[in-house]
Amino acid sequence: MSTQALLAEPGSRELDAAPAPAARSTPPVRHTGWRPGPRLTNWLLAWPLPLALLAIWWLAADQGWVAAQVLPPPETVWGALRDSIANGELWPNLQISLLRVLAGFAAGLAGGLLLGVAMGLSPTFKDYVYPLFKAFSQVPVLGWLPLLMLLVGIDEALKVILIAKAALVPVTINTYQGIAGVPSRYIEVARALKFTRWQMLSKVVFPAAIAPIWNGVRYGLTHAWLALVVVELLASSEGLGFLIVYGRQLFQLDVVMAAVVVVGLFGWLLDKGLALIETRLLRWRKEAF
Amino acid sequence: MSTHPHPNRNLNPFTRIPKPLRGWVLPAAIVFVWWLAVRLGWSTSPLLVPVETVLATGWQQIASGKVFSELGASLQRDLIGFAIGASAGLVAGAVLGLSRLAEKLIGPSFHTLKQISLFAWIPLLSVWFGLGDAAKVAFLSLAAFFPVVLNTVEGIRSVPAELIEVARVLRFTRWQLLTRVVLPGAAPSIFAGIHLALIYAWLATLGAEYLLVSGKGIGNLLIDGREHFQMDLVLLGVVVVGAVGFALNWIATRIERRALAWRGRSVASY
Repeated sequence: MSTQALLAEPGSRELDAAPAPAARSTPPVRHTGWRPGPRLTNWLLAWPLPLALLAIWWLAADQGWVAAQVLPPPETVWGALRDSIANGELWPNLQISLLRVLAGFAAGLAGGLLLGVAMGLSPTFKDYVYPLFKAFSQVPVLGWLPLLMLLVGIDEALKVILIAKAALVPVTINTYQGIAGVPSRYIEVARALKFTRWQMLSKVVFPAAIAPIWNGVRYGLTHAWLALVVVELLASSEGLGFLIVYGRQLFQLDVVMAAVVVVGLFGWLLDKGLALIETRLLRWRKEAF
Repeated sequence: MSTHPHPNRNLNPFTRIPKPLRGWVLPAAIVFVWWLAVRLGWSTSPLLVPVETVLATGWQQIASGKVFSELGASLQRDLIGFAIGASAGLVAGAVLGLSRLAEKLIGPSFHTLKQISLFAWIPLLSVWFGLGDAAKVAFLSLAAFFPVVLNTVEGIRSVPAELIEVARVLRFTRWQLLTRVVLPGAAPSIFAGIHLALIYAWLATLGAEYLLVSGKGIGNLLIDGREHFQMDLVLLGVVVVGAVGFALNWIATRIERRALAWRGRSVASY
């Protein structure tokens, strides 16, 4: 095997280099993962550490090594979580946070896809817009926050705009790169087959670019969720982030921790949802090979 | 590309402007509209500050050195936090990457912890470390820690098995295997992680200064500007934040290219 093939970047593998070394094509991990034995041990091995931490945490609180105000015992956190579900405190806040993230994400997604597709398809458009976009994306969400607070106040608009910005940047970049990175061979074949412009887009360009685009969508949602938490921590009177700030102000760390757990859980669920859609969307790719 | 049918008689106004100038058209248009808005008095809002005022404020802040002292405080925290987080991340990533057992024991907990939205840590850290620099640095280290760990593990795992086999055949010691095969092989991914960590740490610096308001920093400058409705100060802050992000990115790319230059060469020489 040539060293070139070994040292090539994983992303830049070309079709020409397809006869890859046989030894590398099947990582051994894949296969062992399916056998029930190792899977069960893997599952069992994952538990000692969190359980030990939990035990230390519980012991620290129980023996009074740390004040309950600084580190509330696990059962208090669990209780706070259960209480906030039971008394309906959690649900409206969660609902508001989810609505905000969806509104901002939808706006950012639409804008990002539009910008990315336009820049990917038209080099001229890219020449005009890309430098400004680049400068705009250099300043993180947090940098824009004070400016936007002055311009639009601290209402719903602020949250949606910032979440949209957070989602827009990765979606735009990945869409642009996905479309610009469609192998020119595919385009040549489509030209030779005299595809119309629409056929070219719907049958060649978008199917070839869907994987990177979807990657951008996932990044976009992750960033949107991160931005939501920041904005709610800084300027909100409802939502999960507010629940965290509120708990912190009252020095109720159990509420803070319960809210943090919910934030983490829903961030994970959102990403899992997109990952599920991805396997659906890209199923045809696996079938092809 | 034969996108244009009449290369000699170019009637499209957009393609007539030479390429290097095209990127300046939109920013120039925005500044012009802004200037026009002030000139013609479209709005009486105090937020619509004249372009000249922003430039004057910028100059004044630079001349008096205030912006540098704020920036210095931010950057110092940023780099300390980054250094702590990235080195801890390298060690943790190496352990997780090299030992399957460690990965199985710690990996799942790590991935669960990673799910917690970064900024949600701040209220907790503020209770544990106070509102001063300690909490900020702890938060920055955390921000830098996660991407370095993930990319280090990824890099070590992606070292081709053939290279390890060759090293075994050559009877490399464990140390040799690590320093001559595994680490160089994983270097691109590790650098990518460090690069990401640098960006995250800068983002976290701002976040920490907003949420743990005490002391100096560029974030405090922005907050002050907002509280006093000084649009010029806020705009200056936005520009500085963007410029620092850009500079950090540029430096990281440079170092990355330098450090990984041997890869390009070795491929080319075969």
